[in-house]
This record gives sequence, structure tokens and C-alpha cells, in this order.
Amino acid sequence: MSTAIETPRSTETLNYLNTKYGWKSWLFTTDHKRIAILYLISISFFFLLGGIFAMLVRLELATPAGDLFNSDTYNKLFTMHGIVMIFFFLIPSIPATLGNFLIPMMIGAKDLAFPRINLLSWYIYIVAGLIAVGTMAYGGVDTGWTFYPPFSSTYSRTYVVAAAIAVFVSGFSSILTGLNFIVTIHKMRAPGMTFDRLPLFVWAHYATSLIQLLGTPVVAITIALLGLERIFHVGIFDPAIGGDPILFQHLFWFYSHPAVYIMILPGMGVINEIVACFSRKRPFGYPFIAGSSIGIAVLGFLVWGHHMFVTGQSMYASLVFSLLSMAVAVPSAIKVFNWTATMYKGSIRFETPMLYAFGFIGLFTIGGLTGLFLATLATNVHLTDTYFVVAHFHYVMVGGMVLGYLGGLHFWWPKITGRMYPEFWGKLSALIVFVGFNFTFFPQFLAGYAGMPRRYHAYAPEYQVFNVMSTAGASVLGIGFTLPLIYLIWSLFYGPKAPANPWGAKGLEWETSSPPPTYNFDTPPVMNEEAYNYSGDDTGVHVG
Amino acid sequence: MEQQFSSAQLGMWAFLLTEIMFFGGMFGAYTVYRSMYPGAFQSTTHYMNVTLGMANTLVLIASSLTMALAVRSAQVDNQKMLRIMIVLTLFFGFVFLGIKGYEYHEKWVEHLIPGPHFEYNVPNYAHQAQILFFLYFAMTGTHALHMVIGAGLLTYLLIKSYKGSFSSHYYTPVEIIGLYWHFVDIVWIFLFPLLYLIGAHLHA
Ligand SMILES: [Cu+2]
Repeated sequence: MSTAIETPRSTETLNYLNTKYGWKSWLFTTDHKRIAILYLISISFFFLLGGIFAMLVRLELATPAGDLFNSDTYNKLFTMHGIVMIFFFLIPSIPATLGNFLIPMMIGAKDLAFPRINLLSWYIYIVAGLIAVGTMAYGGVDTGWTFYPPFSSTYSRTYVVAAAIAVFVSGFSSILTGLNFIVTIHKMRAPGMTFDRLPLFVWAHYATSLIQLLGTPVVAITIALLGLERIFHVGIFDPAIGGDPILFQHLFWFYSHPAVYIMILPGMGVINEIVACFSRKRPFGYPFIAGSSIGIAVLGFLVWGHHMFVTGQSMYASLVFSLLSMAVAVPSAIKVFNWTATMYKGSIRFETPMLYAFGFIGLFTIGGLTGLFLATLATNVHLTDTYFVVAHFHYVMVGGMVLGYLGGLHFWWPKITGRMYPEFWGKLSALIVFVGFNFTFFPQFLAGYAGMPRRYHAYAPEYQVFNVMSTAGASVLGIGFTLPLIYLIWSLFYGPKAPANPWGAKGLEWETSSPPPTYNFDTPPVMNEEAYNYSGDDTGVHVG
Repeated sequence: MEQQFSSAQLGMWAFLLTEIMFFGGMFGAYTVYRSMYPGAFQSTTHYMNVTLGMANTLVLIASSLTMALAVRSAQVDNQKMLRIMIVLTLFFGFVFLGIKGYEYHEKWVEHLIPGPHFEYNVPNYAHQAQILFFLYFAMTGTHALHMVIGAGLLTYLLIKSYKGSFSSHYYTPVEIIGLYWHFVDIVWIFLFPLLYLIGAHLHA
């Protein structure tokens, strides 16, 4: 066992939640756990907002005619759905909440390396969020979340600059979080917590942070240049003076493809922890899972051109991008195989987090494999800008990251809040989410394959059957997402008190009380065994 | 304390990595357009004030030296020298910004600001040269913004040093702000030849 000396605690001992009260103790806190809670509340708001936009989009698409909204409003709806979900929910989701809360605890530290910068990054996020909400309140933006010029720079009559500023500012929040994690993981590890003993959750966040550090500034400057171009009516993407709008796409996707991995790697990190715990086994192939996180981060920077196969970029470039995009499947598949192999002959328990993990593995596999269809040049030409693409990335982003986020939230909920959530309701909503999700997005593969283009508010009647299914599924999914909101809040007041380690999980975060004390551990922990020593002390078997 | 120092240092290096990518976007755009429109880009060097650019390069190199000496002074506990060096670095920083401002003014007078009032007397390149000047202002402007932020940080150091915050035991802020300052100088070392020098001799 790792040695953190357990002191017997009464139920009302001091923890990070009850040492200080009042709004000031929250808004000026530098405790990574409290900042994680601030993030949790803020991203939940944006998830709700983005979800409302999604429901309106699905409502419009229930019928082939553009009857509920006119095309301009519809364009704004899907744009704001994209901007909110990507920049204000998915990118901060797991890193800023679970990562923020858990990384210092998992490596046995008191806090992140730069607690004040951590708080600063939340404030930057809030400023960006307010600008975004303000933009939407004033009438929104209709360029799609990708801001392609020359539409965004010249022709759009909506609030492009304001939206661009919101995205630009939010980028700095993301950069600071990544920077903080990298320094923390390098410098703050407890004695004995070597890199080959790091929880895989931490490895995943390390890879994520590298992307945040190296990718985000590129999109920031690109969007800044676009904003300048729009304000001063002249710029480097303007075809009227010989500028190249395609250059914007190159720069944009140089970040925004890796950003996809900001939105999936942390989810994979969560799944590693859950699968190991609920299979009672050390993750199969630990070094390969850790290495594949880094591999995905590195390869992710070399594949952006797959978004541009039909823009007229050089065919040779397309070939290389196609090949490299398929190469990303290798580290991704390594992860899926390793999760499966971890479960093999494990003693599996089917609690809520594990249900989400099952959902993640299945849906991410579908999302990943359909990515190969899109990475293949010939099929890409047919599928570009159809609902097939929409279905593909929702399988990864929602089926992957959101399920990973919910799974992780349930897994660590007892640690974070000190309360157990109601298991029955947890399982039920995990099931509803899974069914609703597939109902919503699987028909979109079919519609897209049959040729239905994305981003139109009206469509040919033969696609209606897919869209009705999708809209119906979205309502089910909506219920599935609403239930946790209700019962998790309920559990804060009425849930049974959580023990320090309700799942019998390994990892330093489980060796301190629930909720943890302000400085995480009563005595500085020392790690003196392999990570994930589920084999137990009785057998002494250490794999790997 | 030791851990704090090495954390702060690693943090600054990580931040500079971010900065490299930030400027990298613009350097990338520059490279693309330079290879697309070599003639137009070459013609613009004629409008760059190489003398002032050279002067600014020397000023920045001097400021890097004084910055390094400031760090050294903190390490050996020489408080007076520390303050002198910070003030000198600040001074060079402002000289740079002053010269840069004068150059911008020149561009304004010569109608070389991209936009509706842009005028360029090489008719074939009238459009494309705007791209270069847009990049010129974006890159040197971003660089100047970094200088202004650097000046703010140096002022903070100066105030702190008057309060006697730094010693041979604790000089983390001097060291990491120094790193930042050197980085901003190095960016200029790349900007100067790219924007002012390449092909300039062809117009002699
Ligand atoms: Cu991509």
C-alpha cells in the first residue's frame, strides 16, 4: 500500500468545503479543488446553453421544410451550438474540472504549481464566456464555429469580431491550464511517484496540456488576424488583394484538429481509471497506453489537411495527410484493445461509472472507425460536408468525451462532494444516455451517406425519416443529461456520506478523506508501489 | 524555495514555447506569401528604413546585455547595480519603442498602411504589397506589444528591488522576466532580416 497515514476522522472534520464560508472564500480561492468546482458550475451552464441550441436545431430539422426558423437564424443556432460546446464546454470540460481537482491529488501534491494562475485562468474563461453570451444576446454570429473567410471577414453581417474575441480570450485560459498541469506534473510529484507510476489519467492530461500549449496560440493569432482583417477591411486572407483564404483553413486546423484530442484524451484518461478499478486489474499494457497518449498528441499535429481534401490543396499533400490521419488510428486502437484486455478475466462490476466506460469504448470505436472513412481520400470526397461528418464527430465528442466526463464525474463524485449519488438513478440515466445517443446520431450516418448536406435548415423530403429519428433521440438524450443534473444536486443534500474509498480503487486520491482536507493529505504521501496494484498484497503479482 | 524557482523557470519556458507558436502562425503566413509573391515582397524592402531597423537591433542587443547583467547583479546581491541595470534595460526598451513609433509614422506619411488609403508606386504589386505591410504591422505590432508588457514587468521588478525583495537567495522574478525579455529580443532578431534585409541589396 502507499503510505498515507490514516487518521480516524469524525464525520464533521474540516475539509476543503467547510474550512471557509462565504462567496469571497470561493471567488478568491487558490485551492485547486474549489477552482475545479467553479469550473464545474460554469461549464455546466454552457453545456445547458449549447444543449438548448442543439435542441432548437433538431426541432427545425424535424420537418424537411425550413418552417421553424429562417435560414439566418438557423445558421446562428448551429454556429453558437458549436462555439459554446467546443470552446466553452468540451475543451475545459474534463481538464478544468476533474483534471484540476485530481491531478495534484493523484501525484500527491498540495496544489497545482501555480495556484494563482489557476484562478486567473478561470477568470479569463469567465470573461470569455461573458463576451460569448453577450454576443449571442445581441444577435449572435452565423459563420459556423470554424470562422472561414472570406464569409467571416467580409460578407457575414453578424457579430463575428465579438465572437472571435471570445474565442481568442478563452484560448488563454486553456493555455494557462495546460502550462500549469505540465509544470505540476514535472515538479510536484510526491517521493516515489515516478513517471512510470503516474496514473494514466495524469499521462492523458500531460499529452492534452502539450496540445494546449502548442496548438492554442496558433488559433489565437489566426483568429486575431481574421478580426483585424474584418475591422480594417484589408488583410492577409483577403482574395481581393491576392490573399489566400485557404491559408486561414491551414492555420485554423493546425490547432483545431489537435483540439479534437484536447476533447478526447482526457476522456480516455478517465476511462483508464474506471476500467482498471471496476475490473480489479492493473491496466493491460500500461506503458503502451501512456505512450499512445503522447503518440496521439504528436501525430495530431500532422493531420490537419484532412479537413481540406476538397479545397484544392495539392494532391500529394492530401495523400500524405490521408496516410497520417489513418496512422492516428494506431494509438487509438492500442487504447481500445488495452481497455478490452484489461477487462478480460477481470472481476467486473457494473456500477454507473463502468456503464459509462462501456458506452465510451463502444461509441468511441464507432466514432474512430468512421474517422477512417473520412480519412480515405475517395470516400471523403463523397462524404465531405454531409451528416456523416456530423455523426462522426459527435460519436467522438459526445459518445466519447461527454460520456467520459459523466463517467468520471460519477466515479469521483464521492471524493469531490463527500456524498454518494443514488446508484439506481445513475445506472438508469447512463442507459438512457446511451440509447438516446445512438438514436440521435446513428441515423445521421445514414442520412449523410445518402447525401444529406450539413448546415441547411431545409432538406429533401427523402431524408425526413432519419431526421425524425434523430430529433426523437435527441429528446431522449436530453432527458438522460437532465437526470444527473437533478440527482447529483439532490445527493449534495440527501445522499449518504461517502467513505474515503467507496470503490476500493487504487491511487493516492483515494487515500485521503472524502471530501479531502484543504491541503489534500494530512501527511505528505509517499508512493512506494506500482500504480494500480489491484493484484493485492496477497499474491504479490506485479504485471509490467 | 528551490522547487518554487525551478517550477517558475519551467513555467516560463513552457510559456515561451506557447509564444513561439503564437509568432509561428505569423511567420508561417509570411513564408507562404513570400513564396507566392516573391517579387512583390522584394519590392517592399525598398520602403523599409534599414538604418533605423539596424539601430533598433543594436538597441535591443544592448538591452539583452543589461538584462543579463541585472540577473547577475541579483545573483551576487549587488542591489545598486541591479537597479541601474533594470533602469538601463527599460531605457533601451523605450528607445526601441520610440524608434519603432517613428517608423510607423513614416509608413503613415507614405500611405503604406494597408487599407483604403494604401498607395504603392509599383503598379504590378499594388495589391500584393499590402499583404506584406499587413504582416509587417501585425508582426512588429505584436512584438511591440510584447515590449510594452516587458516594460511593465521591468517596472514591477524595479519597484520590488527598491523594496529590497531580491537577494542572492531569491531572484526568481528577475530571472524569469529576464528570460521573457531575451525571448522578445530574439523575435526581433528574426523579424529584422525577414522584413528589412532580404533582397534589399537588389535596389541599390
Ligand atoms: Cu481533424
